[in-house]
Amino acid sequence: MMINLAALEREAHAIYEPLALDRRSRDLRRLVVRGLVGGGRGHLGSALSAIEIVRVLYDDIMAHNPEKHNWQDRDRFLLSKGHGCLAQYAILADHGYFSKGELDRFCRFDGILGGHPDAGKVPGVEASTGALGHGPSIGVGMAVAAKLKGAAHRIFVVTGDGEINEGSVWEAAMTAGKHKLDNFTIIVDYNKLQSYQRTEVVQDLEPLTSKWESFGFAVRNVDGHDVEGLQRTFSTLPFATGRPNAVIAHTIKGRGVAHAEGDPAWHHKSNMSAAEIAGVLQAIGD
Amino acid sequence: MRKTCLDVVYELAKQDERVVFIGSDLGAGTLDQFRDEMPDRFFMEGVSEQNLIGMAAGLAMEGYIPYVNTIATFITRRCYEQLAVDLCLHNLPVKLIANGGGLVYAPLGPTHLAIEDLAILRALPRMTVFAPCDKDEMARLVPQTLDLEGPCYIRLAKGGDEVVSDPAHGFTMGRAITLRQPGKVLIIGTGITSTRALHAANELADEGIECGVLHMHTVKPLDEAAILSSLDQVDLLVTVEEHTLVGGLGSAVGDLLFDQAPASASRLLRLGIPDRFADKYGTQDELLEYYGLQGPQIAQRIRDTLSGAGKQVA
Repeated sequence: MMINLAALEREAHAIYEPLALDRRSRDLRRLVVRGLVGGGRGHLGSALSAIEIVRVLYDDIMAHNPEKHNWQDRDRFLLSKGHGCLAQYAILADHGYFSKGELDRFCRFDGILGGHPDAGKVPGVEASTGALGHGPSIGVGMAVAAKLKGAAHRIFVVTGDGEINEGSVWEAAMTAGKHKLDNFTIIVDYNKLQSYQRTEVVQDLEPLTSKWESFGFAVRNVDGHDVEGLQRTFSTLPFATGRPNAVIAHTIKGRGVAHAEGDPAWHHKSNMSAAEIAGVLQAIGD
Repeated sequence: MRKTCLDVVYELAKQDERVVFIGSDLGAGTLDQFRDEMPDRFFMEGVSEQNLIGMAAGLAMEGYIPYVNTIATFITRRCYEQLAVDLCLHNLPVKLIANGGGLVYAPLGPTHLAIEDLAILRALPRMTVFAPCDKDEMARLVPQTLDLEGPCYIRLAKGGDEVVSDPAHGFTMGRAITLRQPGKVLIIGTGITSTRALHAANELADEGIECGVLHMHTVKPLDEAAILSSLDQVDLLVTVEEHTLVGGLGSAVGDLLFDQAPASASRLLRLGIPDRFADKYGTQDELLEYYGLQGPQIAQRIRDTLSGAGKQVA
């Protein structure tokens, strides 16, 4: 198929006007901060960019059951960017997979919620992640398994943008394309800011849309904080029969805390003072 | 040995629909019958070891039993993090079939020699590490891996290796096999070094030095009882491995003695490959000789040690 590179380029650099966050998005962010306070540390910026992605998947898109989290027909979710786990913990706690009180023990010696998600401890976590670039291949294996079984469930994998520097991601992408895994969706949390600096400085990913296209994916770009936009995008899955799906979610690192947005210093925070925490909560709002 | 191993995998797949095969970019014709008869469960996914292991993990999480096959050094070094995190941390029943363990790929040089595989695999919690000595033993081992709960590593030898195992010995994972009853010396081998150990023992027996051979086909978990129970009888313990002296069989036995029988630690002689990359090509046998790991050389090291000539490593 012909790829309109000029259009893709415009899409990649589209500037999405930040929408006001609704109450649910603000509530979930407060749960993230609860974990941050509980652990005295956390990848705040990385979690806040992914809130609407996990919110829409768990609220509106995925088949899942907190009462039977190993239910065979559930959709599978892998947070490949495991360091963003406070986002997943917030949505899982909110759905009742475990008590919100667990957030107060985030990263604590006897807590179940570590600084990266552990499938052996956290109800609702399918795979332990944290070492980057593992989720896509595990997801591909799960998607192949679903096809083998003739099962209808789907696999969703959220990666970071820095994470897709890893070659293993593209090995998985080749395999997903080869096996026509239209039950497999990769979502790139494209906040354009990795730990050290902007992605375009560290390892430019562009043209990202055509990269995924060239690996056989059907690709959609979306404002990763626009709840309705994400709902619309995910509700049309699969985007094309016989092709794996990629959603490039344009996000803002630290979204919802104005003074943290786009600042690499907020990739990970520890030893925050009470005043800093108060400032974060105030920025999130009521 | 490789053909035997893959033939058994094929048989297992015919009997059990959970079995899948994942290869990288193996030789033409590999498991054609498997591919033709069970195409849905046959995967050849290219030179992408990290992805092979992650994919196998995903399949195993969904109830499948993947057998993954490629060259030993690539299935260990290249995807080590995937082995640790995807397989061991999740305790998944993925079986790694490693072509050309040790010095098999001698002519191809150090990029292709898997001489630290036992060490790095042994370091991973939940990983079981096998190095059978011949094809007959392989045929007894592989069916048992089907129900093994966690991941395992199967080190393959060159093929056409001398058969020294005996059906009468049976095969139990984690249980060493006494190929020859110990005398004042006991040689512990793994993989094809058990065969070389037998050669050495035969030579020494002619000179009146009774020398047993314990075949440690399972390097991890180590059969500690078999070693410890020999200590009352044995003056000299010798480990022989087609592997660096850093972290392999000799190290495992040394750790055991140091921890549980420290007074016996000085009775251990460790034979293996020195801590350096191979600087010769040739054949597996030539390199084994270069490193002093052929039967006559093992015998000589034992003579020297018994006569007090020292335990220096070759």
